[in-house]
Formats: sequence, C-alpha cells, structure tokens
Amino acid sequence: MADYNPITPEIIAELSKAVPGRVMVGDSVNPDYARDEMPIYGTRMPEVSIDVLSTEEVAAIVKICYENRIPVTTRGAGTGLVGGCTPICGGVVICTAKMNKILSYDLENFAVTVQPGVLLQQLAEDALTHGCLYPPDPGEKLATLGGNVATNASGMRGVKYGATRDYVKAMTVVLPTGEVTRFGATVSKTSSGYSLLNLMIGSEGTLGIITELTLKLIPAPKATISLIAPFAGLAECISTVPKFKMNHFDPQAIEFFEKEILISSEEYLGKQVFPRRVEGCQVGAYLLITFDGDSQDELEPVIERAAEMLLAEGALDVLVADTPPRLKSAWAARSSFLEGIEEQTKLLDECDVVVPVPRIPEYVVYVDELAKNYDFHVQYFGHAGDGNLHIYTCSNDMEREEFLRQVDSFMASVYQKAMELGGQISGEHGIGMGKVKYLAQAAGPINMALMQGIKQVFDPRMILNPGKVCRSLDC
Amino acid sequence: MNILVCIKQVPDTTEIKIDPVTNTLIRDGVPSVLNPYDGYALESAARIKDNAPETRIVVLTMGPPQAEPALRECLSTAADRAYLLTDRAFGGSDTLATSYILSAAVKQVEELEGKFDMIFCGKQAIDGDTAQVGPELAEHLGLPQVTYALEVLEAAPEQLKLLRETEEGRQVVGVTYPCLATFTKPAFDLRFPSFRRRAAARQAEIVRLGAGDIPRIDLTRSGLKGSPTKVKRTFVPPRKQSGIIIKDDTAENAAAKLCEALRSARVI
Repeated sequence: MADYNPITPEIIAELSKAVPGRVMVGDSVNPDYARDEMPIYGTRMPEVSIDVLSTEEVAAIVKICYENRIPVTTRGAGTGLVGGCTPICGGVVICTAKMNKILSYDLENFAVTVQPGVLLQQLAEDALTHGCLYPPDPGEKLATLGGNVATNASGMRGVKYGATRDYVKAMTVVLPTGEVTRFGATVSKTSSGYSLLNLMIGSEGTLGIITELTLKLIPAPKATISLIAPFAGLAECISTVPKFKMNHFDPQAIEFFEKEILISSEEYLGKQVFPRRVEGCQVGAYLLITFDGDSQDELEPVIERAAEMLLAEGALDVLVADTPPRLKSAWAARSSFLEGIEEQTKLLDECDVVVPVPRIPEYVVYVDELAKNYDFHVQYFGHAGDGNLHIYTCSNDMEREEFLRQVDSFMASVYQKAMELGGQISGEHGIGMGKVKYLAQAAGPINMALMQGIKQVFDPRMILNPGKVCRSLDC
Repeated sequence: MNILVCIKQVPDTTEIKIDPVTNTLIRDGVPSVLNPYDGYALESAARIKDNAPETRIVVLTMGPPQAEPALRECLSTAADRAYLLTDRAFGGSDTLATSYILSAAVKQVEELEGKFDMIFCGKQAIDGDTAQVGPELAEHLGLPQVTYALEVLEAAPEQLKLLRETEEGRQVVGVTYPCLATFTKPAFDLRFPSFRRRAAARQAEIVRLGAGDIPRIDLTRSGLKGSPTKVKRTFVPPRKQSGIIIKDDTAENAAAKLCEALRSARVI
C-alpha cells in the first residue's frame, strides 16, 4: 500500500487558499462523503472535503495533494454500488456535484458539453427540449454524468444504443499531477493513437478527474411503445429473450423480472401497475420490452409481430403501453426495483455480471439452484436484452459477519459461473473496492499487470482513488 | 352483473400551459385523454369482472365524434360495448343538462343492454372539475349514490361494498342495487390494454345515439337553453398558500408556537 502523508494544518491552509470557503475539515465534512449506496464494502470519513466549481480548482487541489502525497477520491452524487467513491484511505474528497451546468449544445454535430456534476435526469430532460435523446439510461436517474462515464454505466436502453462509452466524444481531465489535458474530439471517428479517452471511461476515478464532458446525442425517436409480457414461470420468460434478436427485432430495451421483486417495487411506489394474475393464471415473471421509431404507424406492425412471437413463446398475455402516462408508470415500477429492495433490506450486497445473451437462461437456473444453499434471500432482475443481471443478496435477520462470509462464497460461485459462460464481472456498476479480488481472478495475472501498469503511468504516486479497480489496498 | 361506466374525453391537463399574458389556458395542440377518474371507475368495474367473468361492462360518453378514441381506449382495456351520445342539440349543456341527457340515454341504452346493476363515474372531469354530473345523474335516475369511492371491496349478490375516501379518513359503505358510484384516485391505474383487445378495439363498432334515438328526451332541458348555469367570468384561481409546519423539541413548545401564530392571525 502506498505510504500517504497526514493532512497538516499547513496543507489545509494551502487548500483553503486555492478554494476559499469550501474546504471542509473534520466534523464539518458531510457524512455522506464516507460512502456510496453500498456501505457493506466499508466506509471511511475523509479528513477534508471540497465541493469544487471549476477545472482550475480541481487542478490546484490535486497538485497540492500530489506534492504532499495525500489520497484524493472524487465523487459525484454517490449513487454507485461498488464502493467506488468511498475514500477508503481517507485524505481529500473532491465532490463535483456542484459543477452541474449544461454548457452548450452543438446541434450540427449532435453533441452537448456538460460539467461532470450534471445529473443524468437533468440532461435527459434538457436534451429532449432540443429534440435530442441522450441514449444511456441507467436506472439511477440522479447519478451524475461524471459518475456515469467513470463507471461506463449503461442501463435500460443498452440493448439498442450501447453503453455510456459509445456517447463520450471528448473530455477535460485533471491528471493526478494536477496537469490539465483534453482527450478525444467532436468527430465521428478517430484512428489517432491509443484511445486515452476510452481508458478514462470506466476507470472509476483512478486515472484522472473528469471536469468537462462532450457527449453524443441522437435525434429523439418520435414514437415509443412498450410491451409487457407476463409469463407463468421464469424459465419460459427468460428463454424468450434471445429470440428477439434472432427474429430481427431491434428493441430499445428488454428487461426481465420476477413477480416478487415487482411487488416490493410497487409497494415502495404505493401503486400497483402490473397484473399479477392473467385469466386465472398466476404470473411468475415478466418481460418489459420497448420499441422506438419515427412514428406510431411505423411501430404498429413491429409490435404486432413481437406480440405474436411472445404469445407463441408462452406469454400469458401481451399488454401495450402506448401513451406517455402508461409508459411512465410501466417504467417507474421497473426503475424502483433497487429502492424497493433497499427499503426492505438491512444487509445487502449485489453483483451485476454480464453473460452472452443466449446463456442467460442457463445462468439464471444456476443462480436459482445456488441460492438454495444460503441463508440470505436472493433477488435478481436484469437488462435481459444485453445479458446483464443484477443479483441481490438480502437479509434482515442474519448476523453481519455470517452474512459477509456466506455472500463471499456465493459471489465467488456466481462470478466463476459467469466467467465459464464467457461473461464478465461487471456489466455497468464497475469494480470499485467491492469487486477487486473477483476482477483479479477473472482477468488473470497478465491482464491485471497491464491494468496496474497503466495506473502506474497515470498516477505514479498512487494518490487517486486508492484501493479501487486493479489495485487493492495491499498492492 | 351489468355495469355502465360513464366517461369523458378531456384535454391532458399535464400538457396544458398557461398563457403568461392573457392568463388563460392554451388548449391548442393539447392531446386528449380519457379522464383519469373515469379510468379508475372503469378499472373498478374491470376488477369486478375479473372475479365474475360473466359481468358485462358498457361505456357511455356524451361528446363530439372526436370523443371516439377515449371509447376505444375503454374497449381496449375493459369495456365490452361503447356508446357515443352525440348531437348538436346536446352542445353547450351545463352539468344539469348533461346529467339529464345522460339519464335519458341510460334508459335508452338499458333497453338495448338490459338494466344496469351499477353505474360508475369518475368523481369529476379534470377539465371542468365540478364533480356534479355523477351525483346529478343518480338523482335523475332515482338511484342511491356513493361518492368518492376508492375501490370496490365486494360486489355481493345483494349489495355493493365500497371503500370511500372522506375528509377524515376512510369509510366502508354498502349500497343496494341498482346504484351509482363516483370514483376518486385509488392505488392503481386503469390496466394496460392487451394487445388482442387493442387490435379488436380499433375495429369495434361504436354505437352512436342522437336526440332522435332517445324518444323520451325533453330537448328543452338540453343544450344551452336547458342550462341554467350562466358563465359570467372565468379566471385562474389564486394559488393557495401552503400551510406552515411548526416543529419544536416538545409538543408543549410546538403547541405554544401554534397558539401564538393563531393569536397573531386573530383566529383566537
């Protein structure tokens, strides 16, 4: 582990000179800055926190920390799920949440330039007023775009539109030395050396601090229709998923979930949205599918064909959400799964493995069988269309130590199986500090050494977000 | 069971903006939707049918031919048959005239569909907001009425048991058939249309009734001339000031602050 220096009154004075009035020390640090949404991986209060407003401020702070070898952890809204922004070595937390301005639109290039603290929801709504769609659509709408890029988040629309990575054109970055640089450009393609831009995306604040982003937009689709397909059982529900692509459908989103998780979400929202029985038959699982296009008329034959396929595959019914209020209520229920679980669970851990889409049925069966061996309760749902599953281990009555012990064993098995099926450790949440050891097992020594080498080049003093991604604290 | 649900097509008020100069509603280009409270009434009927599949649900609206999409939405979700009451003679009706015309139409529809055990309405339409048509319809028809129903607890053979919302809380009410109930917002929406119903609803016949189809209607009680309501002026109501919340360490201190606030407002 790198040897860090304590923060002395002199260093605090230096920081205060660089960012007057916003350097918080000790008890005045916001307690939220000790954690993200998954405190099970550990929490720690930083000695100092600073809400920054500009690239220059970030550069000045990082330079001071670099010179004094003080750890620096960047955070946005703190909605991560892998302990990515937890300042596990203490030091300074830089919060970019107040850098929340949408700076400019370049509609000729379908691009928008934002500060990193702009919320996903803020950009999504604002872009629509310009006739544009920002396609990445993670469930957590109150996450910052800086955090979305740092974790390469993706979400519901990933099936058709890909992940955040596909929508980052350029960024301004403060390097761990305090130097400021710019990666990428507002161009459609590039073949200009190593992609430093792509190295930054998904690097979870370990290589540099993003202080400005230029993001790609697309013309907003004029019509959107969702289909809700209830199935009696999970097996026939999940085995339908690969059929969409095989039948040349191009849905924007395909989500699957079981009734139990839907009920907890609907209880959280205080509103029942989806049918639990269809013509006397109990529903066990659902698919929620969205198609988009230029007009309702263009979509009608598509949804007709998709509905026929779903019914042929065993759907009990196919329901249609074709008006804005109906679309909103269908997706609100889906978007509140995590909140529903969090509200009802004392001890919680999660993983977000991704497997090749055709292997999802096999994987889900494995997880169901495996879960029977443990005392905690396992709930899962997922972006079925891109093979990304969110699996939650939940307990209200286990002792914490025993929970952690059992979760460790469970996770080792689910990751092992995901890798066997050709999958990856994380589809969109990242590695943070919660998954470092699983990444090491999955990536193997050669790839881990490459990642650690990259970290060394960017951050020779190891000050940026220590203990994350490819370097655990005992590295 | 035979249920009639009265519905109305309304402008989607979530899409309405206020002209900052004239302070009037900008209705141009605002999409029309099924009045949400009517949707809750229809869903309540659909839930009765879920438990008693032989139940028949008929929907009725009075309005211009443009109201058809709202009827088709009802057909695509829960209704078995739809009636559109449309005639120039009905135009300009206030709530009294509207409820009278509806009552005459109900009797006519009953000749075609059989007697209705229940008539469900939304508690009010989100455009006019009067909450008068449902209760007036019950009076014209001489039916017992339950207003502000949240949901049907049981449609037993001898009586309909409803949960209703009151200022103070909730109340369970039993009412004998035939009856009329108006519905407020429950913890559920109108169900999603099924793909098959939606396709069938697009082709479905909507029965149109004009003044000539209702032999017993008294047209002097219809339209503008049958409407005693005179609109003198319309205005956007002033915004209600939100209440204040008094917080303190103890109930005594909070009560003392409340007394002080009431005294200074000269309420006590």
